[in-house]
Amino acid sequence: MNEWLSMGGYGSYVWSSYAIFVVVLLIDYVAPRLRGRRMLIELRGRLKREQKRQEKSA
Amino acid sequence: MNTLILWFHKIGSPPTFHRIATRLTPWLYACALLSGLVALYGGLVLAPPDYQQSDAYRIIFVHVPCAWMGLFAYFFMAVNAFIALVWRIKISGILAMASAPVGAAFTAITLATGSIWGKPMWGTWWTWDARLTSELVLLFLYLGVIGLYNAIEDRVQATRAAAFLALIGIVNVPIVHFSVSWWNTLHQGSTVRLLGPSRIDSSMLWPLLLMAFATHVWFFASVLVRSRISLVELESGKDWARKVALGSEARQ
Repeated sequence: MNEWLSMGGYGSYVWSSYAIFVVVLLIDYVAPRLRGRRMLIELRGRLKREQKRQEKSA
Repeated sequence: MNTLILWFHKIGSPPTFHRIATRLTPWLYACALLSGLVALYGGLVLAPPDYQQSDAYRIIFVHVPCAWMGLFAYFFMAVNAFIALVWRIKISGILAMASAPVGAAFTAITLATGSIWGKPMWGTWWTWDARLTSELVLLFLYLGVIGLYNAIEDRVQATRAAAFLALIGIVNVPIVHFSVSWWNTLHQGSTVRLLGPSRIDSSMLWPLLLMAFATHVWFFASVLVRSRISLVELESGKDWARKVALGSEARQ
């Protein structure tokens, strides 16, 4: 196990590469979801405001 | 109209596209994750160490698939940008803009992991050779497209301007690809070849190809998620988008 982790002495290089790969893809996974949630909250707020305005004028 | 064109128009209509994308993305993510994990196991555990580079070469199992993705994503973006500019198809513009951040992410991974590999193997983090420089230009092109798209308030105009930039930048794609054969670079030539035998043992080749498959599937999953959001945002005045917005409230 330890031998595997040390990667023939190149452990820090190999593992940091894989860490960057995983972290960047995680960001790629999370970022659009955060944007989507923000967009939906804004859109719902706008739709509700429009509805209220219509009820008032009716 | 023949059936193919009809089908094309149906897929291209925003509500249908949104529905298909919503249904497809969990499967794509599952597929990418599963094949990616198997590829990681193959690359980190099963593949033997290289006779010259020992275990440091294992970086290629993420570096090379990501490099391919950086070029593939750019090509995909440019084709969609072209369709968006010429035929004004809404979905194409959205797909083009959605692929820019994913392509940028893969290109950034390529540059970072390449640099980390270069330090022990070449003795330097960075050198201004043709491959590295053109890859850096690729990242800047992505960032330029993203920046231009976000700098313009009007979404339709922003898409048009950024699509134009994406289209001009496509000249860099063959430069990146052929840089190792056109110039004498520190970066090695291609090892895996579409035509002719690859110069790599099969025990190292299959994790590489499987990871390439996983990153491609991931790319499409990520692009679909981003497109879905942009589509609802763009069509927020329409009935179907309102239903989507209010419907997902009920589910949460």
